[in-house]
Amino acid sequence: MTDTFLGYRRENGTVGVRNLIAIIPSVFCSAKVAERVASNVPGTVHFSHPVGCSQVGDDLDVTARTLIGVGRNPNFAGVVVVGLGCERFTPHELAQGISSSGKPVEMVIIQDEGDTLKAIDKATRHARLMQQTVSLMSREEVPVSELMIGLNCGGSDTTSGLAANPALGIASDKLVAQGGSSILTELTELIGTEHILARRAINKQVADDILRVIGEMEARLKRQTQASHNAKRKHLISTGNYDGGLSSVVEKSLGGMKKSGNAQFVEVFEYGDAPTRKGLLLLNGPGHDGEVTTGQAAAGAQIVCFPTGRGTPSGFPGVPVIKITGNPRTYQRMQENIDINAGTVITGEKSLQEVGEEIYQEILAVASGKLSKAEVLGHDEQFCITRMP
Amino acid sequence: MSEQEMSTLAGKKAALVLDQKDNVAVALSDLAEGDSCLVSEDGGKKYPVTVIEKIPFGHKFALSALATDAPVFKYGEEIGKMKVAIERGGWIHNHNMYCDRGMK
Repeated sequence: MTDTFLGYRRENGTVGVRNLIAIIPSVFCSAKVAERVASNVPGTVHFSHPVGCSQVGDDLDVTARTLIGVGRNPNFAGVVVVGLGCERFTPHELAQGISSSGKPVEMVIIQDEGDTLKAIDKATRHARLMQQTVSLMSREEVPVSELMIGLNCGGSDTTSGLAANPALGIASDKLVAQGGSSILTELTELIGTEHILARRAINKQVADDILRVIGEMEARLKRQTQASHNAKRKHLISTGNYDGGLSSVVEKSLGGMKKSGNAQFVEVFEYGDAPTRKGLLLLNGPGHDGEVTTGQAAAGAQIVCFPTGRGTPSGFPGVPVIKITGNPRTYQRMQENIDINAGTVITGEKSLQEVGEEIYQEILAVASGKLSKAEVLGHDEQFCITRMP
Repeated sequence: MSEQEMSTLAGKKAALVLDQKDNVAVALSDLAEGDSCLVSEDGGKKYPVTVIEKIPFGHKFALSALATDAPVFKYGEEIGKMKVAIERGGWIHNHNMYCDRGMK
């Protein structure tokens, strides 16, 4: 029998685990208006960002596709787009890209309204009406095959590779085996694992894609690390990773990939896009926590599972982030931030299998409405769109 | 594999070897210079190793003497090479190990 959760079925058939209104600025110039609108109406989240203009080519296109993708995420029942009016990424393109999913979208343009206060007033009225309308929606029982989770490590230490990541891999495999999806990303921290991941590809095309995207990411890093003026700036892992016992990017990668379990990779897809297949997926993006989870949310992930050995409190607006630590000391210090203690594997209290099941059950509970600790504490700092070099 | 070993080693001066190919062990507790540590291999073999310097929780020490440029194996994969020679029981970290991936 397939496991189920209680979610919100959307117009295009996808399922949300939250029923929020997203307030999305098309450009940084309208970010403060979007933020003020969100503070006026409970049940809304805003997506302030520093981009949307003075960009060109791939860089502008990734911004555009990512903002549209975030708006289309099924956790949002409706969207209010706030534009300035003269930006390169037009609010019309943003609104159109989101509304083609079938969800209600309203658009307010500051230069059309006249000023900040008038734009806030109009957008707040849209958000208020939309919120009242979507408040009538209710959760229904749906199969876990409707779930897509993002996988991301932050503040890794040795215990991430020994406990938290392999336990999450067990939960990910269980979801994928039932038709759900799971996204691995962080290509800057998969260096040294490409031969292992490629062996797990469903066919030669996917294997070639895995080798290509990790190879390209390594070449991109080398251009920076080899530059003589960057002698001080060439570390591929962080101070806390070193303190936690990780000595090289390859050691970090070998532990990091374990959160993808043992399933086969069915597709490699680009940042800002949504995958075309269900199952275990590789999203082509770098290792910055916020850029990763933003890319995953734009792909349609309704939940992010986030192992952290050193302990980080961050969260994502409107997409629950479940924190897991493999470090028993970190769990003792940061219980208010960490949802799952996989440090019980290190202390010998539980097996990896038991903690994997605990994570899987937490995913289902959070999907059905239980708030993650990052949500309760209001953490939303992970929204951060990647830039193309 | 290692999780069953962990349950018998928790709270003791112990370390894990994650793969038969590995030449390092991961400390499961803080170790002081001269501590005798029970090393548990994937597969169940156990033996003591005396560490010759302080090894913090989660850090690695050499299971055998390693020469300069000798590869360091963890998870059965090469994670780097030695910058300098090291004795059995010595701490291996970024001060004495290098990795060229993403660099050269």
